[in-house]
Amino acid sequence: MPLHVERVSHSYGPVAALDAIDLDIADGETVALIGPSGCGKSTLLGILGGLLQPSVGRVTLSGQPPADSLNPFTYIFQDFALLPWRTVEANVALALEHRPLGAAERRERVAAALALTGLSEFAAAYPKQLSGGMRQRVGIARALVVRPAVLLLDEPLSALDAQTRELLMEDLLRIWARERSTRVYVTHNLEEAARLADRVVVLSRRPGRIREVVRIDVPVGDRGRPEHAALLFEMHRRLWSLIRDEAATADREVQPV
Amino acid sequence: MLPWIVFAVLIALWQVASNTGLLPPLFMPSPLSVVRALQALWLDGSLVEHVTASLKRIVPGWLIGTAAGLAVGLAMGIFSAARAAGVPIVSALFPIPKIALLPLLILWFGIGEPSKIATIALGVFFPTTISAYTACDSVPRNLIRMAQSFGLPARDIVAKILLPGAMPGIFAGFRISASVALLLVVAAEMIGAQQGIGAFVLTAGSLMQTDQLLAGVVMLSILGLLVAWGLGMLERAVLKWR
Repeated sequence: MPLHVERVSHSYGPVAALDAIDLDIADGETVALIGPSGCGKSTLLGILGGLLQPSVGRVTLSGQPPADSLNPFTYIFQDFALLPWRTVEANVALALEHRPLGAAERRERVAAALALTGLSEFAAAYPKQLSGGMRQRVGIARALVVRPAVLLLDEPLSALDAQTRELLMEDLLRIWARERSTRVYVTHNLEEAARLADRVVVLSRRPGRIREVVRIDVPVGDRGRPEHAALLFEMHRRLWSLIRDEAATADREVQPV
Repeated sequence: MLPWIVFAVLIALWQVASNTGLLPPLFMPSPLSVVRALQALWLDGSLVEHVTASLKRIVPGWLIGTAAGLAVGLAMGIFSAARAAGVPIVSALFPIPKIALLPLLILWFGIGEPSKIATIALGVFFPTTISAYTACDSVPRNLIRMAQSFGLPARDIVAKILLPGAMPGIFAGFRISASVALLLVVAAEMIGAQQGIGAFVLTAGSLMQTDQLLAGVVMLSILGLLVAWGLGMLERAVLKWR
């Protein structure tokens, strides 16, 4: 669903984290938020999902979320946030148990989400038996099972090794081709942004402001093709040039004791 | 395997030292005489009688202390008001050696069983309370945030995230409180009881029956091992995801 961020500012006490963010996200669009550390991208994601109230401004959806969307704003977490005492299936079902659903529909939805993420044969496993990549697939299945209107991804692949990250990017693109959520993807990995997003929002530091919005004019499904390699490389370089200096400043910063 | 061999060798050395007269039997009876004493106590029924008397104090005392400790500790883990009120009180009372309160409890409840059970319950209550609320604290915050983001109501967050997440810490507390209960039952029985392992050990000591005395100590160590083993079984059954 179309999502509108209107003049959102946020402060933690005297420290301004976000300053007057205006952003319209189209239905079914994937927007990546990138920026150096301290740019407030996680704060913005928290505000989008309603975990944080912005000091100023508001976030609105155009229209009503569809009736089958049980948790319109749904997160996928960097650290997976799985319950170690629940099996894969029960972790996914957690998102539905408090909703007014029949047992049959609940089972059906869980089975569909597990199938979509390739987890069907691992339904009875516990998280600690699984690799990091499979654990994050459980996190993805748990998010999809509620049929979110807006999917909020908080550095979902940054706890994974490079090869697993590649595989998960392929999975995300395959899954997104089959469902209708609007997606906001926070990352510090420019390659993920250039591969997965329709638009990349570059934020500046302290307070976070929108520095530039970069549209990537290749359909996500085609980005693996060799003829687009040069363009994607160029995009990657451009994004890097936008955040390089501030990233260097952030890198050299000493935290107060 | 190695620990068993070491254990057997130590016992054998002890027996040899007794046989050669290196250890005077009055101060340190031989392992064989301890076994014979145990056998005699078993045959005349006094072993069962004393163990039963002790268990009748440990079990209700531990259950009462654990129930109260869990109720207070979990309340402190869940509600910040309960925590703010409870932490200073619990911290102030926890260091008191509970056996010091036995005379007061005898004044309140009489010399009979209730004062001993109350001493054990008090001794169990504090470590249980502390382990329950620190176990709630140790549940990762990101799991709570996750549950909130999926719209789980507060009571579901308690039932599905907080309590299961606190279980390992609560079980660790059970091990501590079980050993506290064993310690206190012996102490309480030494102060005022006719029956029970503690009373038996004290009597044997004053009669210089050191083989009987050590037989009582062996009973205690077997009891402690059995309790630890039972808790371990329960823990593996409840926490099989670990």
